[in-house]
Amino acid sequence: MMLSMVKALNDGMRRALESDRRVLLIGEDIGRLGGVFRTTDGLQKDFGEDRVVDSPLGEAGIVGSAIGLAMRGYRPVCEIQFDGFVYPAVNQIITQLAKIRHRSAGAVCLPVVIRIPFGGGIGSIEHHSESPETYFAHTAGLKVVTCSTPQDAHTMIRQAIASDDPTIFLEPKRRYWAKGDVTDAPDLALDKARIVRSGNDITFIAYGPTVDTTLQAAEAAEAQGHSVEVIDLRSLSPVDTETVVDSVRRTGRALVIHEASLSHGMGAEITARIQHEAFYFLEAPVLRITGYDTPYPPSRLEHDWLPNVERILSATDRSFRY
Amino acid sequence: MAEVQTTEGNEPLHQLLTPDGTAELDGTLSLDLTTVDVRALYRDLVLTRRLDSEAIALQRQGELGLWPSLLGQEAAQVGAAHALLDQDMVFPTYREHGVACCRGVDPISLLGLFRGTTLGGWDPYDRNFNLYTLVIGAQTLHAVGYAMGVVRDDAVGSGDADRDTAVLAFLGDGALSEGETNEAFIWAATQQLPVVFFCQNNQWAISAPYSTQSRIPAARRAAGFGFPGIRVDGNDVLACLAATRDALRRARSGGGPTLIEALTYRVNAHTTADDASRYRSAAETEEWTGRDPLTRMHTFLSTEGLADPDFFSDVDKQSDALAERLRTGCRALAEPGTTLPFEHTYADMPAELRHQMREHHDFVASMERSEASQ
Ligand SMILES: Cc1ncc(C[n+]2csc(CCOP(=O)(O)OP(=O)(O)O)c2C)c(N)n1
Repeated sequence: MMLSMVKALNDGMRRALESDRRVLLIGEDIGRLGGVFRTTDGLQKDFGEDRVVDSPLGEAGIVGSAIGLAMRGYRPVCEIQFDGFVYPAVNQIITQLAKIRHRSAGAVCLPVVIRIPFGGGIGSIEHHSESPETYFAHTAGLKVVTCSTPQDAHTMIRQAIASDDPTIFLEPKRRYWAKGDVTDAPDLALDKARIVRSGNDITFIAYGPTVDTTLQAAEAAEAQGHSVEVIDLRSLSPVDTETVVDSVRRTGRALVIHEASLSHGMGAEITARIQHEAFYFLEAPVLRITGYDTPYPPSRLEHDWLPNVERILSATDRSFRY
Repeated sequence: MAEVQTTEGNEPLHQLLTPDGTAELDGTLSLDLTTVDVRALYRDLVLTRRLDSEAIALQRQGELGLWPSLLGQEAAQVGAAHALLDQDMVFPTYREHGVACCRGVDPISLLGLFRGTTLGGWDPYDRNFNLYTLVIGAQTLHAVGYAMGVVRDDAVGSGDADRDTAVLAFLGDGALSEGETNEAFIWAATQQLPVVFFCQNNQWAISAPYSTQSRIPAARRAAGFGFPGIRVDGNDVLACLAATRDALRRARSGGGPTLIEALTYRVNAHTTADDASRYRSAAETEEWTGRDPLTRMHTFLSTEGLADPDFFSDVDKQSDALAERLRTGCRALAEPGTTLPFEHTYADMPAELRHQMREHHDFVASMERSEASQ
């Protein structure tokens, strides 16, 4: 069936609610309103206010109470309304959610999913376009994943809910409305990267909102005579190093593309892994095309500030000039 | 008086002007009308509403990305703002367009944030009006810290009317649920800080009705923290002015914090991106439209003979002029340059960032050149 990412997520959560009575959703405006993006549209009507909970306005409350629910055997799926509003919950996420399994020597399992619409490109005001993935990926005990297609959204949200580890589930909001074919068969584990385009000369590594931009850039680079492989990372923690390294060993060149700021980001992590495990195969340094080390800009500047096709192509040229 | 018992928790609702525009006496609030420029209040109500409706129109025309409308909340904002002295500091949310205007912030500069040309728009020290805060509750703690500074500067209880300073923090009913707001209440209470929390209970936090946040009236929260709370009719500009004046005076003289709950109603959707029909009835909205804060003041001024038709038509002219200014001013807001995100990120730009800035600037310039040559 053809679904938008929003509809795919909605259907994925519906299946989870249907198949496991311990699954419940908590968040601001997710019930009556169906979420500001309508991702949970209709779910409160169908599953009741006990299972689709309109929370008071407080993110620490949403995540903190999800931890308690999980201790009692439930599988809460939290919605944070926008990326920029997750920070009041960060204490609960980092000091509690990520560590309780470890501290309890595995006795306590916290299968909490925290869904966060993230990334820019939708002309929004401040705090509505952030890319906070690194804060979470840097925290041991959390899984951090992101989807780039309706199919992956549909599969991955169910896999995340089924996972016994706390999972930060990042949803690229500017891809919410693009439609894609969705089937029911999961074809890849939650922690695996996907090669979304095969090529021989250079590897582009992206995730979430930049995958589509990167594919467009790959098309354009192909027209200029470069055969490009594109990897959708999907899991940011843990990283599927094998898929990345295997590809770069074949191509000898790599670019990492993300919206989050450059320094200390996913690009640095991926680059380090490549140089560690594919050093002798590299024809050029791994290059990063990312947001800059500034606050997310006012929306009138976001097109140029974000990694776009032109910036990816220019970096491609640089890579081939080595 | 007007200690109207409302269904929500039987908290007295203080009022000086009834919905039909009649002045009333209240046991707690008093306002010597000879000290109040009631015509200025009315003018600011009208200009505030016009700013709001004009911004909505600009949003519909694609000139703004988003606009949070204050329709219905004009009296709460104008009343509170008129109680301020120049030296007082204001910490707004994102909806206090009326307070901003009364404070003297250029209304055009309010549009930049929503047009996407800036992340700020004005200098907070210029009119002692802080930048808008979009993260719910965060500003309440800033108000507390600012008030701590005021205390340390001996600008409280000195008896010098030009020196003693209070801080006015705005918040919505939804913000009452954030931990940070509750921390702010605790800090303000334990240190008896010169801060007034002005909560516009517009009864909705996006789709969440007040009952999602609380089982008791907002004003009654204050008692639990150890400072006075009062509920006023938020659609009564005189009551809002009187309550805020009292509270700010007490704060300036060293009497500590107050929580004011201005009971009002968000007549429009949460923002231009929201669809209120999904979660509330048109009948409810209509009922509140019937308690309009402007109509009430208009009736009061006319029946008391405080303003004549010339005054009203003059206000209308000022309102039209404001609308015209906004329409041109919005479109004329300076487009941000490519280097803007890099500037002011640090006091001294690190070399690495300067490098990124140059690279970005050159890249955008080269794109523009290649577009131009095509
Ligand atoms: C920390 C945080 N969480 C969530 C949001 C998203 N959000 C924006 S406005 C809003 C409702 C605010 O309601 P209220 O405090 O009553 O103020 P009002 O908008 O009614 O003026 C929410 C949930 C936010 N801005 N900040």
